[in-house]
Amino acid sequence: MATPQQPALKESPIDIADQIDVPKTGAMPKLSAKHLDFFYGSFQALHGISLDIAPNKITAFIGPSGCGKSTFLRTMNRMYEIVRGTRVEGELILDGSNLLSMDVTYVRRRIGMVFQKSNPFPKSIYDNVAYGLRVNGVRRKSVVDEAVERSLTHAALWNEVKDKLNKPATALSGGQQQRLCIARALAVEPEVLLLDEPCSALDPIATLKIEELLFQIRNLTTIVIVTHNMQQAARLADFTGFFLLGKLIEFNKTKTIFQNPGKKETEDYVTGRFG
Amino acid sequence: MEMKISQSRKVVNAVMLTVSGLCTLLAVAVLFYILGYLLVHGGKSLSLNFFTKLPSPFGSTGDGGMANAIIGSGKVLLLATLIGVPIGFLAGVYLAEYSSRSFASVVRYVVDLLNGVPSIVIGIVGYALVVRAMGHYSTLAGGVALGIMMIPIAVRTSEEFLRAVPNSLREGAMALGATKATTIFTVIIPAAISGLTSGMMLNLARVAGETAPLLFTALGSMYWSRGWDHPTATLPVMIYNYAISPEPDLHQQAWAAGFVLLTLVLVINVTARLIVARGPASSRR
Repeated sequence: MATPQQPALKESPIDIADQIDVPKTGAMPKLSAKHLDFFYGSFQALHGISLDIAPNKITAFIGPSGCGKSTFLRTMNRMYEIVRGTRVEGELILDGSNLLSMDVTYVRRRIGMVFQKSNPFPKSIYDNVAYGLRVNGVRRKSVVDEAVERSLTHAALWNEVKDKLNKPATALSGGQQQRLCIARALAVEPEVLLLDEPCSALDPIATLKIEELLFQIRNLTTIVIVTHNMQQAARLADFTGFFLLGKLIEFNKTKTIFQNPGKKETEDYVTGRFG
Repeated sequence: MEMKISQSRKVVNAVMLTVSGLCTLLAVAVLFYILGYLLVHGGKSLSLNFFTKLPSPFGSTGDGGMANAIIGSGKVLLLATLIGVPIGFLAGVYLAEYSSRSFASVVRYVVDLLNGVPSIVIGIVGYALVVRAMGHYSTLAGGVALGIMMIPIAVRTSEEFLRAVPNSLREGAMALGATKATTIFTVIIPAAISGLTSGMMLNLARVAGETAPLLFTALGSMYWSRGWDHPTATLPVMIYNYAISPEPDLHQQAWAAGFVLLTLVLVINVTARLIVARGPASSRR
């Protein structure tokens, strides 16, 4: 099961995070939330979330079910808008401009998303990866071919599918389907990639493959991942945020969150005392 | 006492099993009985002439056919499909993808009421809308009447098959920057296409045998139709006219026409089922 990308895992992400500043005091953030409130009808699901997401780093959100971490993720590419009766207040700044007032398709082209359950389209493997390019007007076959190969390579899937690009994507295994969905998102070269519990339906080996590839592609894109699995956050993330009851309780370097949390609630959660 | 109850239970059970089994047999047997009956009575008329020749003139015993009615039925059904399917399908798209749940349920109810309108009334509507306006009976009027009859089922099947497409596919497409319209046309409809196609075919098969709407619209003819804006013969109306005539020869032709029509409907039905069975895996998920 070993892949050529194995060496990357040897350097601990926590050490890397250690060498850089917390984004609040450091470089220009890729994406920041300012006093963000979110409502499903009259129910307030997020309360005044403010945080900065550092460019080309992996940021993880942890917390018990229903704490708002997925909801927060879905505000960042405005996926919440397809649900009726939802509303956001506050600001979400992408490279200095408020993405809440941008054209929504433009936002989603710049901020890709991978979902909890893999959702390949009932099309060929090739057409799945090419989809994002085509709907955004890229038609030249040579360009699309090149992007498909590059994206599948980044998603560590190229070697497994290069001889069956015209086969239906739904025939792939669960882990392959999820990597295909990552390739599909990468094909449009998003500046930010949001992942909503991408491994929750996968076995440990498939999970490991996805963690490895995420570790590789953080050089290409800024990664934000929601996970139920605290070990996954600890292994992968440079920064970790802990959500509870719609509030961001604590946000810091992953090492700090897991080894020296500032809040009692965080400590209780990461040590497994509740949740 | 206890024994008695259990005895009577056994009897009830046996009776129930027998009756329901017989009724099942009856339900299935009716189709084969009809097919056989049509074949026995009309089989002698089923020659090449039946499919290639015009009806023989009244009074003359000859080897006339129903070519004009077969072509006429084809033209009327083509028109009906061109009218009923786009309207019904796009309304179904609106209900499944755009409208609120409450509005959709109101529309669904209205459409069900339209589905319940007797076909003879639809015929009169076709007469009032098209025949009166044009001043004469026409193929077009027949197509409009049958097209109206296709709308309710077209709306319902489109909405149901589109709704059956998992939401995760909509999210996946929109998360890649696809607009709603692009998502619908490039992901949702392709995912539902086998169900949609077969639903429309069953819909067509359902109206293929309708007679009443055509009586006041396409009328009927013993000759080749002179065009879309002129009356045309159709199989169901031909069956009706021949069946009420006194000529035994014509009765036989009517039986044969019934057999042809029923075969056509069965072929459409079976094809529709095969399309569903071979549909993409995802639409069955």
